[in-house]
Amino acid sequence: MLARYIIRRLLQFIPLLIAISIIIFVIIQLPPGDYLSTYIVQMKNSGTDVDQSYIINLTRQYGLDQPAHIQYFYWITNIVTKLDFGRSFQWQQPVSQILSERLPATIGIALLSLVVTWGLAIPIGIYSATHQYSLGDYIFIFLGFIGLAVPGFLLALGAVYVIFVNTGVSLTGLFSPEYVNAAWSWAKFVNMLPRLGLVVGIIGLSQTAGLIRQMRAMLLDELQKQYVITARAKGLEEKKLLWKYPIRLAVNPMVSTIGWILPGLISGEIVVSIVLSMPTMGPVVRRALISQDMYLAGSFLLIVSVLTVFGTLLSDIALAVIDPRIRFGGVAE
Amino acid sequence: MSARKRRQQQDGTYEVAGQWKLMWWKFKKHRLAMIALPIIVIMYTITMFCEFFAPALPLSRFRDFKDCPPSAIRLRDADGNFVGLHVRLKESVRDPVTFRKVFADSDQIIKLGFFVHGEPYRFLGLFDSDLRFFGPVEKGGEFFLMGTDSLGRDLYSRILFGGRISLSFALVSIAFTFFIGLTLGGISGYLGGFADTIIQRMIDLIMSIPGIPLWMALAAALPTTMSSLGKYLWMSIIMSLIGWTGLARVVRGKILSLREEDFVIAARLSGASHGRVIGRHLLPSFMSYIIVSITASIPGTILGETALSFLGLGLQAPTISWGTLLQDTQTVEALALQPWLLWPAFFIIVTVLMFNFAGDGLRDAADPYK
Amino acid sequence: MSIEQDVILRLNDVKVHFKMDEGLLKAVDGVSFEIKKGKTLGIVGESGCGKSVTSNAIFNILPKYGLLGGEILLYEKDRKRLERPIDIVKLNPTGPEIRSIRGGNIAMIFQEPMKAFSPIHTVGNQIIEAIQLHVEPDAKKARDIAISMLRSVGIANPEQRVDEYPHQLSGGMRQRAMIAMALSCNPSILIADEPTTALDVTVQAQVLELINNLKRDFGTSIIFITHDLGVIAEMSDDVAVMYLGKIMEYCTVDELFYRPLHPYTQALLKSIPTPGKTRKGRFESIAGTVPYPMNLPEGCGFFSRCDYAAEGVCDQSGTDMVEAYPGHFVRCTRHEVLDAPGQGGNA
Repeated sequence: MLARYIIRRLLQFIPLLIAISIIIFVIIQLPPGDYLSTYIVQMKNSGTDVDQSYIINLTRQYGLDQPAHIQYFYWITNIVTKLDFGRSFQWQQPVSQILSERLPATIGIALLSLVVTWGLAIPIGIYSATHQYSLGDYIFIFLGFIGLAVPGFLLALGAVYVIFVNTGVSLTGLFSPEYVNAAWSWAKFVNMLPRLGLVVGIIGLSQTAGLIRQMRAMLLDELQKQYVITARAKGLEEKKLLWKYPIRLAVNPMVSTIGWILPGLISGEIVVSIVLSMPTMGPVVRRALISQDMYLAGSFLLIVSVLTVFGTLLSDIALAVIDPRIRFGGVAE
Repeated sequence: MSARKRRQQQDGTYEVAGQWKLMWWKFKKHRLAMIALPIIVIMYTITMFCEFFAPALPLSRFRDFKDCPPSAIRLRDADGNFVGLHVRLKESVRDPVTFRKVFADSDQIIKLGFFVHGEPYRFLGLFDSDLRFFGPVEKGGEFFLMGTDSLGRDLYSRILFGGRISLSFALVSIAFTFFIGLTLGGISGYLGGFADTIIQRMIDLIMSIPGIPLWMALAAALPTTMSSLGKYLWMSIIMSLIGWTGLARVVRGKILSLREEDFVIAARLSGASHGRVIGRHLLPSFMSYIIVSITASIPGTILGETALSFLGLGLQAPTISWGTLLQDTQTVEALALQPWLLWPAFFIIVTVLMFNFAGDGLRDAADPYK
Repeated sequence: MSIEQDVILRLNDVKVHFKMDEGLLKAVDGVSFEIKKGKTLGIVGESGCGKSVTSNAIFNILPKYGLLGGEILLYEKDRKRLERPIDIVKLNPTGPEIRSIRGGNIAMIFQEPMKAFSPIHTVGNQIIEAIQLHVEPDAKKARDIAISMLRSVGIANPEQRVDEYPHQLSGGMRQRAMIAMALSCNPSILIADEPTTALDVTVQAQVLELINNLKRDFGTSIIFITHDLGVIAEMSDDVAVMYLGKIMEYCTVDELFYRPLHPYTQALLKSIPTPGKTRKGRFESIAGTVPYPMNLPEGCGFFSRCDYAAEGVCDQSGTDMVEAYPGHFVRCTRHEVLDAPGQGGNA
């Protein structure tokens, strides 16, 4: 049963990936002029002579003289077979190299934020739902409203400002200046912790509010269900009953919220890391977009989208493992 | 039998009470929503008529007052004598420790008043005027409620003008979202089958791409030579191209559940066209859910626009929006020296908060029978 | 009616009121009845008449905004800790006494077994849980009891079924499992809330037979809640007809079918489709709708729909329950007039 479910999901996964890659390719092609002409203009501006053979070489490699669908074919084949995402004219480097330097930190921060988000939202959601209309519930609802209204970048600005005014320390970057180029050491690690904590906390918090609402709503919904009354009519103690039935049923689908939290966290990471000048993809993507260095920006978008889809797939499988209804093909009411 | 007839009619009245009336009752009970609604109306009114409400023009520079901090509105002068609404003129002094140029209150008084005459403006492109709701009594008085920026422009006035862009942007974008979401969601739910599959896959696709980077990429693809208005419109279209999915899902879900209802089948059997069935029978029965969904997506649009503009990828100067105003706060040093530049953030947060409250109230009200 | 010792549950003027935003909703408004050992009481009425709320009240399971009043007296002898009789109304709704009664002394079968079981726990898990609470704390032994219980309600291959999830069982099978769960702790009272409404007709008959057999074998008293008078005829010893939170008529099942006194009961009986008896091929139905049970006017609740209502009498102050014949109670001021030959009746 489970194996068939996974295979079915994997098969749905492939067309989605193809569609994503087409969209990204279109975005890459959107700005007027292609990579080569931008490159040549830039070379000329900087007074360098353009090597004719180099250009011919590039043209062949990326099929730049071909119609769009052939170009797409070249582009995606290069990515799939050689992990060649094209070149960044702004950095004068292969995109894959820039990505390999910066992307792991972005993904690591996003995943850490996911842990923070779930770690806060699920217990708070449970508390709010089981203490509906209590003072605590109202406080969390209120904080949730604030959380929803304050975007990550404003939270980051505010945090940086408050910390700077109070301590004189500017908590931007992942390390303080003296450690940026230092080799890894315990001191460097300790230096990183508050900065990492700040960025992870801000990104996580901005998604927590939405998730608390969802957890609360879902648990309130489950609490109304007939099986809760059944369990109560059995003589089960209220606390035991809550944890065994409605909470378990409401927490299960949380696993699948990864599908929408992860894109949100990546979005948050991009914006917040720009404000906090983190050595992650955020500042790079921003600069790439401003100067229309589309291969770099597009490749980033492609990778995070694929990873998101993959994360959703994993969470769906995890849900199938813990929830028999899905494992056995689901059932109508 | 008259008493029985009356009693029989009474039995029915509870079910007959109109849906919209029930919704209003329920909405009224949501206290936060009832606070939020008038605030939203006030914000839209003030920003719509911001020429009248702003004390200065957004682009006029007070050359001697660059990076000037906000002036406090007072009633009494330095000696404690009552003089009416006024601020004290800022004067430039050197900080004895850092030798940096800073501003301090002088003894000179600038009187403030309502319905004063200031610099002339063209009201909504209709007629010329110089009447202002509130400001310095003397024309061109240096009154900065929320300080000035690095070019000496009054931040408060700029926030009001920026609000006009940011708030109307949300509405324009929502209009596009409404159009796309309703059309595609309607087709998806009503026709079903192949069209439904395609649209559902499209929604999955869009939702799997992280929103802000996608917005950024699409916004960056707009030609740099584009006019302000063009950029404004295209940005709102980009937002709606990504944002329609939520509404489409709501519409589809509602149509799917309503499609099998008797009154729809009856309409179909009596020969009503698809368009008529959708427009006359289906739409009215889930209008409330559409309103909820739209209200819920306004805050996201406002936040998206401000984030993008803040990053320099959305609306750009000379267009003033809350996001572009915040661009000045990107360095820690600027923030530390001119914290008042964060005032636009306050307006963003309050607006989003109010829309969330209103949306929450509407969500409760949309299900008046619950 | 019968010897006092036989009564094991008595409801005295039980009221369940819900404080709603719009006003006070009197879901159950002064219900009194009693259940004797080994007997079945049928409660019949249209949907929304308060029969399910009554059954939840017996368990003291009500939403926070619900107010429970009156007395629910349990005269059970074989469990030690408590003084007899216990008033369930006075117990703390989350305390240990009521929890020992729920599932232990009184058990319940619900209308939709699919919704009444948790979908993500096996059927066995949920039955064993009840057994461990009231009868046998040892997991292994409790499992054996659960399996034998499943067998006794007619589930084939219970050793395998016990580890299956609710959605893997058929509708009838789920209801059998529900019954097994309810009876696993050997309760003295079983409340069956429309246990067959969600089932196919053939399965319905099987489940009803099962309940009757179990009642005989275990000596369980049953409160059978339904809107189906046919089922009542088959299952009950005594019947209470409910309308708008009040009992309208309360008597033995024979009395109810042969000498119905209340116009509402008569109308209900007339609305049963009988082959060959329907006039002009039409079903008889009761005119009008059930009033919304909120801020109700004075007088008889059935006034607006009653064919025999008398203005100035029936819409005035409340109508009391009267014993028209020995053991036959009716809540109608005009029952004597109507009972006269040629006036209404089951003609």
